[in-house]
Amino acid sequence: MSAEVLESAKQIDIDRTAGNFSYDVKHEFDAGVGLTHDTIDYISNVKDEPDWIREFRHKALDVFFSKPTPTHWASKDLEAIVFQNIRYYLSSGQKPTRSWDDVPDDMKKTFERLGIPEQERKFLAGVEAQFDSEAVYSNMKKALGDEGVIFVGSTEGLKEHPEIFKKWFGKVIPTGDNKYSALNSAVFSGGSFIYIPPGVKVKHPLQAYFRINAENFGQFERTLIIADEGSEVMYMEGCTAPKFETATLHSAVVELVAMKGAKIQYVTVQNWSNNVFNLVTKRAVAHEEAEVKWIDCNIGSRLTMKYPGVVLKGRKARGEVISIALAGDGQHQDTGAKMIHAADETTSNIVSKSISLGKGRATYRGLVHIPKHLKGCKNNTECDALLINSTSRTDTYPAITVRGTGNACQHEASVSQISAEQIFYMQQRGLTKAQAMSLSVNGFVNDLVRQFPMEYSVELKRLIDLEMEGSVG
Amino acid sequence: MSLEIRNLHARIAANGTEILRGLNLTVEKGKVHAIMGPNGSGKSTLSKVLGGHPDYEVTAGEVLLDGVNVLEMEPDVRARAGIFLAFQYPMEIPGVSNANFLRAALQARLPEGEEIEATEFYAKMYEQMDCLEMSRSFTARSVNEGFSGGEKKRNEILQMLMLQPKYAILDETDSGLDIDALKIVAQGVNDYRSPDVGFLVITHYQRLLDYIVPDIVHVLMNGQIVHTGGKELALELEAKGYDWMKEEATV
Repeated sequence: MSAEVLESAKQIDIDRTAGNFSYDVKHEFDAGVGLTHDTIDYISNVKDEPDWIREFRHKALDVFFSKPTPTHWASKDLEAIVFQNIRYYLSSGQKPTRSWDDVPDDMKKTFERLGIPEQERKFLAGVEAQFDSEAVYSNMKKALGDEGVIFVGSTEGLKEHPEIFKKWFGKVIPTGDNKYSALNSAVFSGGSFIYIPPGVKVKHPLQAYFRINAENFGQFERTLIIADEGSEVMYMEGCTAPKFETATLHSAVVELVAMKGAKIQYVTVQNWSNNVFNLVTKRAVAHEEAEVKWIDCNIGSRLTMKYPGVVLKGRKARGEVISIALAGDGQHQDTGAKMIHAADETTSNIVSKSISLGKGRATYRGLVHIPKHLKGCKNNTECDALLINSTSRTDTYPAITVRGTGNACQHEASVSQISAEQIFYMQQRGLTKAQAMSLSVNGFVNDLVRQFPMEYSVELKRLIDLEMEGSVG
Repeated sequence: MSLEIRNLHARIAANGTEILRGLNLTVEKGKVHAIMGPNGSGKSTLSKVLGGHPDYEVTAGEVLLDGVNVLEMEPDVRARAGIFLAFQYPMEIPGVSNANFLRAALQARLPEGEEIEATEFYAKMYEQMDCLEMSRSFTARSVNEGFSGGEKKRNEILQMLMLQPKYAILDETDSGLDIDALKIVAQGVNDYRSPDVGFLVITHYQRLLDYIVPDIVHVLMNGQIVHTGGKELALELEAKGYDWMKEEATV
């Protein structure tokens, strides 16, 4: 079976249908190809930014240039990114509209085809839709605005709410955290700025949709979410891009701040096309009794490197990362989690499931740090890998440092395969090989998928079905 | 109308060992055929070959389902055409609930665009589960995961009753069953007996045939049917073992 599956996985250009289309859009603002300090000035000028941000960008660019590509531990594939061949800023304007009617036609068509306006009507409290470098649409239910909730693009956030923005921006993830966070800090554009006032519980999710439309382009959104004391919010992001022959770069930075007793859930369904390098830095700070949960699903991209983290800064803070990665033929999902315990009685939980098919590779990298002076800290890590073909690959690199006597840590890992017997059993009940594979894979991730909001779990199941169909022909 | 096996030769694909060596057998609709035989005679291989298991290669012969050769068909096509295999060792499918699995299997039999009607599906499933004395909690549990041997076998029969095959092949369905479970499973099979269904009951022991009374009993040895008789043949085998037949077969 496996040789045959592999053969068909090779032959079939996996179709993740929904996102693979593009309209020819003429951008009014284009920073051109390549990256220099002039690029920074172009972006800052177009956005009409305050000087402190311009300076922040220039410094970040120097940090980016000074840092080597981390191929001493990461994939050599990173060397395939030619930064001077990429376009760093493309937009048709800097101010998103509040109504879909005012979004330029081609962009509106794109988002309609992706079902965004429909989802907004059905179940979302607010939506931001980013097309290449800038949000073209941003709207939130009026009631939330009346409660003091802020949900705008990063450009708008830094200009209109500088007192909150400046206080937290770049504090959770400093510019020099890694080469790609430095790059983002230099050229960032778009992304969301969210502030939830104390005690406000946002019932419905806020959603951002990131769409890359242009070829040879880099998208660098920057998201900052602050949940003030006792507040609650769920934020969801979806991402797609059309399939181009050349490499496209997506390098976001997402910073979350959960103040005392606040709860943030951040859900990602990443479905980039197979030419996208997805190098994202995501981290949260959780203050006393706060809870941060990253729910992260990576299906697309050529290479994803992403390790959402939580710094557990206040007593009894809780951090969680739930992740699903599907590495199709030719893809590498290098994902994981970081849990930095920095206060007593903090708990963290990491559950990671990956599926590799064809020559796909799924890597789990985990960092758990509990220093000696802390008491009553707990971490639980589970990572399970499912290999579909004999050429599929999985690696696990857990780095766990737990010191002191009153702290506990538990790590479980498993690797399994869908056996030929299992497939035969299911086929004998009348399911095709592809249906049998899909059902098995969906079963494998089922307990995690249930943690996704309903609308997303249905979408996720559909994406897995599509992927599996493509893989067995 | 019958499941007709003609001169079937099959070997293990990995090492070429021949297991079935010219097997002939016709299971008519409405009849229960039992196959008995010593260990290693090819009983389980026969059921897998009929199901289309990829570990085996058919080197000669035919298997005709109501006149249509099934040997070129994928296992799922055979299943949808009406062949059902109750496995000796049913597989576990983690994370997939029994109800979802059955629903997917039934859905696979419908023409494109048609959907299973959920209320009807559950009503029917509950009815069959009650007959098999299966608790309702089994619908939400993962297929066969953590089931006892007896529960797995009941689950096989539940699937048979839901999928309504034309020909059911039961491979050592009695193994691992205590006497009460055996009676319940046999009752499920007997309820499904009708002029429209043919059964092939593969068993090592006569015990099962006290409860599922066969019309015809065959003895399989060295990959061939060496003896065929009525239901009393099973009793004779139970009393005398297979050795006398081996001698007879070689004569």
